[in-house]
Amino acid sequence: MVAPPNTSLHRFALLTAAATFLLLAAGALVTSNDAGLAVPDWPLSYGTWMPPMVGNIFYEHGHRMVATVVGLLTTVLALWLCLKEPRRWVRRLGLVALGVVVLQGVLGGITVLFLLPRPVSIAHATLAQLFFCLAVSLAVFAGPAWREEAPKAVDASSPPLRRLSQATALALLAQLILGAAFRHSAAGIVPHLFGAAVVAFLVAWTARRVLVQFAAQPELVRSARMLAGLLAAQLLLGAGAYLARLGSAESAQPELFYVAATVAHVAAGGATLASSVVLTLWCYRRVSGPGESIALASTPQRATI
Amino acid sequence: MTTRKLLGSATILALVLLAACGGAEKPAEVAEKPAAEAPAGPPVDPATAATVTGKVVYKDGKPQPNRIRMDADAACAAMHGTPVFSHEVVVNDNGTLRYVFVYVKEGLDNRTFPTPKEPAVLDQRGCLYTPHVVGVQTNQDVKILNSDSTTHNIHPVPTNNREWNTSMPPGAEPLVKNFPREELLIPVKCNVHPWMKSYIGVLKHPFFAVTGIDGTFTLKGLPPGEYTIAAWQEKFGAVEQKVTVGPKETKTVDFTITPKAAGD
Ligand code: HEM
Ligand code: HEM
Ligand SMILES: [Cu+2]
Repeated sequence: MVAPPNTSLHRFALLTAAATFLLLAAGALVTSNDAGLAVPDWPLSYGTWMPPMVGNIFYEHGHRMVATVVGLLTTVLALWLCLKEPRRWVRRLGLVALGVVVLQGVLGGITVLFLLPRPVSIAHATLAQLFFCLAVSLAVFAGPAWREEAPKAVDASSPPLRRLSQATALALLAQLILGAAFRHSAAGIVPHLFGAAVVAFLVAWTARRVLVQFAAQPELVRSARMLAGLLAAQLLLGAGAYLARLGSAESAQPELFYVAATVAHVAAGGATLASSVVLTLWCYRRVSGPGESIALASTPQRATI
Repeated sequence: MTTRKLLGSATILALVLLAACGGAEKPAEVAEKPAAEAPAGPPVDPATAATVTGKVVYKDGKPQPNRIRMDADAACAAMHGTPVFSHEVVVNDNGTLRYVFVYVKEGLDNRTFPTPKEPAVLDQRGCLYTPHVVGVQTNQDVKILNSDSTTHNIHPVPTNNREWNTSMPPGAEPLVKNFPREELLIPVKCNVHPWMKSYIGVLKHPFFAVTGIDGTFTLKGLPPGEYTIAAWQEKFGAVEQKVTVGPKETKTVDFTITPKAAGD
């Protein structure tokens, strides 16, 4: 007997994920405006909790404030899960998310104190996306659909859909890191463009497989559509970000169109990755793997029984 | 060996203390020529000293300057009644370039020059750096002021010296810093106001100048000899010329900067 779904907990998990999405945009605003060092100190800002919000201080301190809110939301979510969540692995995942958000905050502080060393800034950009995936996953696990037992679709194709969706998610993660490396001047654009081609191919393959072979699985279809749509948008935004970059190379300061295009590209990149993670999760939940009886022991599904 | 190290550190400590104590009350005047105090190489004989002078001409008409928008900080915008333009490329009315750093690049061999006691001054005024390009000698103090009623952070991005980032709220005490190693040129930025940029050239000798509203420069007090003179511009890079000056001679060296030739 499965415990009845806790709708307020689910809503709260959704809120945390939504706030994290805004935080991705707030963080990207910092980088695009070159505001990372507008506040030289940390954990305080100009020695206080509330510095004058002028110029780029608005972006840097604003980012810290949004991050603090997300940190609090994550803390509440983790505690709430600990108290009310019957599935142990979900409770644990809540604690992992809490650990990651703290680590991410510390990375943000370190990158300020050490004047934005590239590896730290890239790690901060990458962990941000991973944390967003965690928050979204928690919202999926806390939702009623996940608890619903439905017969698993049989997957006889090769490569199996689970592997394919997993590979797509990993490729997207690699692509985000290449994007961050380019954005923080640690690499050229070519690897990122090459990555875009690989990712587009994998997403198209995965989405096609789902829509053709698993059209009866609503969660799979929804996630696959979302992933394909986001990828298309992301390719356009990427081109826009690149043109904006070229178009503002001569400017005396970051131009609005450059900031808008790059922030949208970073945030949509997070959304694309998260949707591929969600699709992968649903693949594990609704599609049987080739060695299902053996794999069962390591899938979340078993713990819910 | 150890005694020398000890003495060295004591001297440095004394100098630091001197700089730290002196910084607070010194008036903000620009450095004159350095007073000779501890000549280590062959001293420059003023009786034979030569001069190199000239101008820096821009070869490509008068480009449209980039507009700066200060609306992100109302205090900055309020200080300007008229549009503000970037100082990156400023072509004077006579076709010369402003803010070009002209200096002796080669030819001084192993001569050493005393560190000027007067600080160079870099002011944050109207949410711009004044001057836009400044030269100092190694270890010479740079006195940084905030004349604005808003917050700046000052952040040099050197490759040869230590990088730092310090906030300067309105009314902050002047900040006194120096750069111990030669470097051409250190970009300085304010991350609060991303349009704020300046450059600091750090040399071991005093033979440098920054072109002004007439685009000219003068390097005085040079010992007779053969020199490479370089003219560096933040966007177009550097151009060089060789010149030989005899005792008490004055030679003219004019530079021409073309956007294409100078590696855009
Ligand atoms: C806790 C959750 C946090 C998340 C999810 C997060 C997320 C992000 C993201 C997505 C970016 C943009 C990266 C890019 O565009 O390449 C960013 C940039 C930045 N974040 Fe955070 N951040 C968090 C906390 C913090 C904290 C507490 C600080 C504290 C100082 C901070 C400081 C920065 C700085 C300085 C940048 C700009 C880095 C650069 O331009 O190199 N972040 N953050
Ligand atoms: C497959 C899809 C793509 C994904 C998932 C993606 C993702 C990203 C991400 C996440 C970043 C920022 C990383 C960070 O610092 O946090 C980024 C940066 C960037 N990407 Fe993409 N990208 C994709 C395709 C493209 C394409 C096709 C182009 C160009 C034609 C492009 C151009 C850029 C540019 C120019 C930047 C740097 C923006 C800046 O100037 O700061 N991207 N990408
Ligand atoms: Cu400033």
